[in-house]
Amino acid sequence: MANRNFVALRTIWIKECTRFLRIWIQTLLPPAITMSLYFVIFGSLIGSRIGQMGGFSYMEFIVPGLIMMAVITNSYANVSSSFFSAKFQRNVEELLIAPVPNWIIIMGFVGGGVARAVLIGIIVTCVSMFFVDVKIHNLPIIVVTLLLTASMFSTAGLINAIFAKTFDDVSIIPTFVLTPLTYLGGVFYSLTLLPEFWQWVSKINPIVYMVNGFRYGFLGVSDVSYMTSIGLLVVFNLVLFTVAYQLINRGVGIRS
Amino acid sequence: MNALDISALTKTYKGGTQALKGINLQVEEGDFFALLGPNGAGKSTSIGIVSSLVNKSEGSVRVFGHSLDDDMVAAKSCIGLVPQEFNFNQFETLMQIVVNQAGYYGVPRAIAKQRAEKYLTQLDLWDKRNEPARELSGGMKRRLMIARALMHEPRMLILDEPTAGVDIEIRRSMWAFLKEINEQGITIILTTHYLEEAEMLCRNIAIIDKGRIVENTSMKALLAKLNVETFVLDLPPQSAGITLEGFEHRMVDDHTLEVDVLKEMGLNDVFSQLSKQNIMVLSMRNKANRLEELFVRMVESGREELDQE
Repeated sequence: MANRNFVALRTIWIKECTRFLRIWIQTLLPPAITMSLYFVIFGSLIGSRIGQMGGFSYMEFIVPGLIMMAVITNSYANVSSSFFSAKFQRNVEELLIAPVPNWIIIMGFVGGGVARAVLIGIIVTCVSMFFVDVKIHNLPIIVVTLLLTASMFSTAGLINAIFAKTFDDVSIIPTFVLTPLTYLGGVFYSLTLLPEFWQWVSKINPIVYMVNGFRYGFLGVSDVSYMTSIGLLVVFNLVLFTVAYQLINRGVGIRS
Repeated sequence: MNALDISALTKTYKGGTQALKGINLQVEEGDFFALLGPNGAGKSTSIGIVSSLVNKSEGSVRVFGHSLDDDMVAAKSCIGLVPQEFNFNQFETLMQIVVNQAGYYGVPRAIAKQRAEKYLTQLDLWDKRNEPARELSGGMKRRLMIARALMHEPRMLILDEPTAGVDIEIRRSMWAFLKEINEQGITIILTTHYLEEAEMLCRNIAIIDKGRIVENTSMKALLAKLNVETFVLDLPPQSAGITLEGFEHRMVDDHTLEVDVLKEMGLNDVFSQLSKQNIMVLSMRNKANRLEELFVRMVESGREELDQE
């Protein structure tokens, strides 16, 4: 039983990785180009006039946030588009007729999203090295924050795809929820620049904790405790996994 | 042992449509079984429930003794499904599609690749193994779904209209393949709208209409129920004024005669009467496939009974 589940998990994961590698022009190249533009415009051109932030040059300050931004959008987009496409083409039925436990299905898709996010994280980090000398304060915190954030947004993307009935439904959340939350999540500024009220409002935004936890791993500075960041990420992961598991168990959006 | 045992199965969709109204169905191990019915009768819903694509409302399904509710892994492992619609990833290659499907059943990759070669070769698809599925013809796509369904070597294969839209040559090769694997011991359940296909391949049959089983018997017993057959006789032009005593008959046009022949009467008397009238019969055929005639009658009579209720 355990071996069968492992083979099934490995199969879904390889299939997912093969998918995003096959269409690398759509999945891996755009973040590299977008982030290069961010580094050129916000880092080199505008950043040089801003001066220091949190005790670091503006370019150094925004690098962790930009990597995290790419990780969040790509992990979400990978699973939401892949699972919705499997629903749309009906090849999700290949999984539903097989004796694959639902938690394996979730882990396989989320694992694919995490793989793409990690690869994107490495690519964006490499791109940033052309613009700044990347510092690493605490590697384990970087890795843990990266993996937990990627799995959380992959699971959120899966839930989005479960409910989605059209391709529009897959793009609504990233456009109207994720992008604003990411831009307001402290990627480009320290929360300490905000008035006290808006600092408090910002701390309702979960992305603030991910960006700052990640920034702590690179620079050793953060607007919130990294332990709080990791704790919240664990809680969000557990909650979203439970929701996804219940939805697939009930067959929402996939069984009539 | 029964390969499939369906008991008191009901399905009511959201919105209140009752697709299945408590059907009972048994399919013996090794059988080649036809599940027939008009569109919307409940065939695809029944198959969907057995293959876990549709949630049942009530009732039970057992596959080779394994309950789909309590022993899902064992039950699912016994089933291979060839659905009506193409449901594979059109962008994946044939090899990826079949090897992945085996992986979902826990078949290690090395063994899956061996089986892929075996089944893709048997279904004449091996040369296409590295091509994306979207580039295949309709007939090839149907055969790909058969190969995919066999990758975990199921004991029972369910085929939902496997030859729809397939040309006669490929259809015949698919029939030969299905007969062969049935002879090797795989139980086959077939739904089709080509009734000659069911008549030729299947040993037992169930007819479903409006969510109820209206007939469940052997093909032989069912065909024996057909007591009147209609024959179409092609005659020379201007063959008017024909009389056939003891037979219902009608001229369709001036050279086509339709004759209803009771099972116990035979055709000799028809020919003898035509010879006496110096009428030459150029050719003769059944007006409809035998099973088709029975099928239409049963569905119609079943509906009349339902209307009376």
